[in-house]
Amino acid sequence: MIKTSVNLAGVELKNPVMTASGTFGSGMEYSEFVDLNRLGAVVTKGVANVPWPGNPTPRVTETTGGMLNAIGLQNPGIDVFCRRDLPFLKKFDTKIIVNVCGKTAEDYCEVVERLGDEPVDLLEINVSCPNVKEGGIAFGQNPKALEQITREVKKYAKQPVIMKLSPNVTDITEMARAAEAGGADVLSLINTLTGMKIDIHRRTFALANKTGGMSGPAVKPIAVRMVYQVANAVKLPIIGMGGIATAEDALEFIMAGATAVSVGTANFYNPYATVEIADGIEKFMKEQKTEDISELIGAVK
Amino acid sequence: MSKKVKKSLKIVSQEKIAEDIYSMWLQADEIADNAKAGQFLSLYTRDGSKLLPRPISICEIDRENRRIRLVYRVTGKGTGTEGFSRLHSGVALEVLGPLGNGFPLEEAKGKRVFLMGGGIGIPPMLETAKELDAEKTAVLGYRDELFLDDEFKNYAKVYVSTENGSAGTKGNVLDAVRENGLDADVIFACGPAPMLRAIKAYALEKGIPCWISMEERMACGIGACLACVCQSSEIDEHSQVHNKRVCKDGPVFLSTEVEL
Repeated sequence: MIKTSVNLAGVELKNPVMTASGTFGSGMEYSEFVDLNRLGAVVTKGVANVPWPGNPTPRVTETTGGMLNAIGLQNPGIDVFCRRDLPFLKKFDTKIIVNVCGKTAEDYCEVVERLGDEPVDLLEINVSCPNVKEGGIAFGQNPKALEQITREVKKYAKQPVIMKLSPNVTDITEMARAAEAGGADVLSLINTLTGMKIDIHRRTFALANKTGGMSGPAVKPIAVRMVYQVANAVKLPIIGMGGIATAEDALEFIMAGATAVSVGTANFYNPYATVEIADGIEKFMKEQKTEDISELIGAVK
Repeated sequence: MSKKVKKSLKIVSQEKIAEDIYSMWLQADEIADNAKAGQFLSLYTRDGSKLLPRPISICEIDRENRRIRLVYRVTGKGTGTEGFSRLHSGVALEVLGPLGNGFPLEEAKGKRVFLMGGGIGIPPMLETAKELDAEKTAVLGYRDELFLDDEFKNYAKVYVSTENGSAGTKGNVLDAVRENGLDADVIFACGPAPMLRAIKAYALEKGIPCWISMEERMACGIGACLACVCQSSEIDEHSQVHNKRVCKDGPVFLSTEVEL
């Protein structure tokens, strides 16, 4: 019997495969393609204390082997989210991780506190979105600010807290240590890399927001490198992501030191990606005669 | 489970029907069974460096042979659509669909209907013309070269406009309506935003209902990523803000529901 389950701060996931925030909504749309019961966890799109309208369009554009997005964290707000999205997710045998966004520390804490009594397994704090002017990345690019927001959130959180790190920093290990010092239970990385594309025919930016977050297979080597660095810098479990499209990609992150992995952009071009990756990891373990996935976590030194 | 699926479809035929405009029939099987006029398919390129699906409206559905026809524009050199145009019959293409809501045909049944298409917004009006049981007038707007206009004649009275006046009325579809003294009780339209804006204003002035098919840059195509939103007049129930998803809530909207 192969053991694929992993443990994130006391929460047992049946397998290490989850969804990357913002690429999977709250799972409703993708539940028409994949059985959510097969996933280790569903990570929801970022939710704030009130509805956010997001950025003007165009919000996405394609790049070679990747894409840029500047959705701007459009979300229906915590009230509707708790009334509509959580009861939907509760119907499935998968862990629920809610991504929390805000403009101020108070905003984050309000949502975190509100989720305390909801059927939520873990909280992921989005301090790394490059597409909003306030909050988001402002907390994630300064180690002192990151440590402080982590500490604030932890005061209100009833569930374990994942801090989602930005790659748009000089040294991601410094940010990882700051989050750890602030009391984070888990780290997830990487959020998207800030990029830009120019439409030369229209002589303007491809995105209305001018810049966007880059994701997709093109960013994977950067993400694997950062996961490896962070795994060697802190003791916390890591959720690795950035361009994962196949089981082989996911296994790279796991061997680099990730306990779990998130599938993001791949959902857009293969709505079955998450379950295919979960199946692929199990197949790899069988072929390699690996009995417990923990043998693979951080297998490269 | 839903009626949407992603699968590999064989190309039955492919031909160029005008400059940069191609017509492709796909052996779509259950996707054809489930498809409706005004819906679209997401096509995936065979180039791993081009990840995102290309949303292309359904031009015709052959229910008997379970096939779907797509008429699309090649948008430039090295683009995904140029890649599609190079594929021959027998080759397989990854497709997700059918997607979106389609035109509400029942709203126009038995009435006098304008089917208005502009440029690459013309193709979805063909299946709409075919399926609609009504008094149909197709008003088709082109830059210069005509395509599909002959095929519309099988189902509707056809008027055309061209920007340079090389055929039909010189100007746009509304110029053709005025020049020919046309009238309708309902409008179904698809085309570029400025055309839809003008048609929305025309419908408001005439006091007739109008459904328009919108376009926006998409990623997932199924309503999850929130890339392809348009502005809604009222707070949308799903988004809780003034945004609707073109791929899922649309692409067809009642013109008064959306801001253009």
